[in-house]
Amino acid sequence: MSWEKLLPLLWSNALETLYMTLTSSLIAYIIGLPLGVLLVITRKSSICPAPTFNAVLGAVINFLRSIPFIIMLALLFPVTRAIVGTAIGTNAIIFPLVISAFPYIARMVEGSLDEVDHGIIEAAQSMGSTNWQIISKVLLPEAVPSLINGAAISITTILAYTAMASAAGGGGLGALAITKGLNLSDYRVMFSASMVLVAIVQIITVLGTRLTRALDHKKR
Amino acid sequence: MSEQPIIQIKDLKKVYQVPGGEVVALNGINLSIERGQIYGIIGMSGAGKSTLIRCINKLDTPTEGQVLIGGKNVLAMSQKELLQTRRRTAMIFQQFNLLMQKTVARNVRYPLEIAGVDEEKANKRVMELLRIVGLEEKANAYPAQLSGGQKQRVAIARALASDPDVLLCDEATSALDPMTTQSILALLQEINRDMGITVVLITHEMAVIRQICNKVAILDGGKMVEEGTVDDVFMHTKSAAGRRLFGILPEQEEIPRQSAIRIVFDANAAGQPMISKLIKDMDMDVNILSADIRQLNGKSYGQMMIARPEDPVDVKRILEYLRKEGLTVEEVHAS
Ligand SMILES: Nc1ncnc2c1ncn2[C@@H]1O[C@H](COP(=O)(O)OP(=O)(O)O)[C@@H](O)[C@H]1O
Ligand SMILES: [Mg+2]
Repeated sequence: MSWEKLLPLLWSNALETLYMTLTSSLIAYIIGLPLGVLLVITRKSSICPAPTFNAVLGAVINFLRSIPFIIMLALLFPVTRAIVGTAIGTNAIIFPLVISAFPYIARMVEGSLDEVDHGIIEAAQSMGSTNWQIISKVLLPEAVPSLINGAAISITTILAYTAMASAAGGGGLGALAITKGLNLSDYRVMFSASMVLVAIVQIITVLGTRLTRALDHKKR
Repeated sequence: MSEQPIIQIKDLKKVYQVPGGEVVALNGINLSIERGQIYGIIGMSGAGKSTLIRCINKLDTPTEGQVLIGGKNVLAMSQKELLQTRRRTAMIFQQFNLLMQKTVARNVRYPLEIAGVDEEKANKRVMELLRIVGLEEKANAYPAQLSGGQKQRVAIARALASDPDVLLCDEATSALDPMTTQSILALLQEINRDMGITVVLITHEMAVIRQICNKVAILDGGKMVEEGTVDDVFMHTKSAAGRRLFGILPEQEEIPRQSAIRIVFDANAAGQPMISKLIKDMDMDVNILSADIRQLNGKSYGQMMIARPEDPVDVKRILEYLRKEGLTVEEVHAS
């Protein structure tokens, strides 16, 4: 494929990749963030102990996390069709992406919240905070740098998943590299699409690291 | 004003379930803390001090017994009442426990925010509080930029924000150097005196107790083994734990013990000059084993251990001599 034809294709597929990635990430965070909070606060030693609930939630999340994305895609085909209306195309890939990503995100969030010193939570309790105040004014704000860092990692992971969108007839750089590159032995397409993917991952990683450092007031 | 004690603890017991058994952290504690006191609780590490103070504001739930604050049973309170009570029973910690991602001012404002005080009023109060602890110019700094002593001052300002009746201090000076400890203790004393806030202070350091407390309780193995005014407990230490904390018995059993004479200097007695006088008047050598004497308001306050002479007659002469000088003395036998 000539560069004149390839460049607009790279551009439009890059946008599609970003669209899939960011939309899936956003929805997965809307589900995963509260679950991560629940995983932390329902522990026995935390502010809202519910050990049975915690164990069940943990088990479900582990189960979902252990399913490889490509299998999840196939398993969810009928569900996706029922919910999205179609199982094929860019929008149809977002649903399985979300289902695969939110358990991962819940664990990432749990890890970030775990880094908040228990003494700080205890101090907030001693000041007469409600549990909601502890979550919204202490736990989450104190974990912001780590949450941002985790978000950058989660987003790049989801980005990697979108490369498999071609298996569901979706678009994006991954699909471009496979359908118009690998399958047609056009290595220019394959290589350049991959390089753009790599560049996007780099940018997200660097932005994440910079933002984390800028927002962290703990180390200086 | 004949008031009931601000804090009463009755038959308090706390048992922790741990893998393979249980730990009895508190075993039947009874004590009363009067309004306006600076009440010290001292004990070796693991004695149960933190557990006890955490039971006062129900950060830990006792297994048995009662905690009354202002006559009200903390353990029987509704969640709402408990939160209100906690606001009036502020707490500071060894590790300061400040919000690391918030400025000093935001830290101090936190109790006001959660109580729904409007922002303008809260900000004014925050500056007032920072002035009290001498940290106005640090309002926009982050805790990581402060020294340990400054962090504890922020924690104190934050604790004062909710206008508490009681300030609970769990090893509040244990992470600080001696100089900083002095300044924090002075601040606590000022708060107690000027604002009438009752201070409950936990420590493993006798010097802290002697410096600012009115009353002291000695905790050992989850039991209260001694309680009284600081002077009384210090001069007539009865318990083994108390003696250990005063350095009268060696902390480790292996260390060979030596019989000694313990001399207590209270506020009325002259300090070291006594010893040189003793040596001159008795014409004998006196071997000082240890001394912990502190000048407070120009008076010596502390204790000294001197080796007990071989000859019982010498011992008797020394004891009589010192008693005549108005000192509290006792023999401490090797065992
Ligand atoms: N959450 C807990 N679980 C199990 N044991 C505990 C817990 N907290 C304290 N303990 C035990 O209770 C005893 C008293 O501890 P603590 O009150 O922290 O002592 P101190 O503050 O005097 O050093 C210790 O033996 C300690 O190991
Ligand atoms: Mg302790």
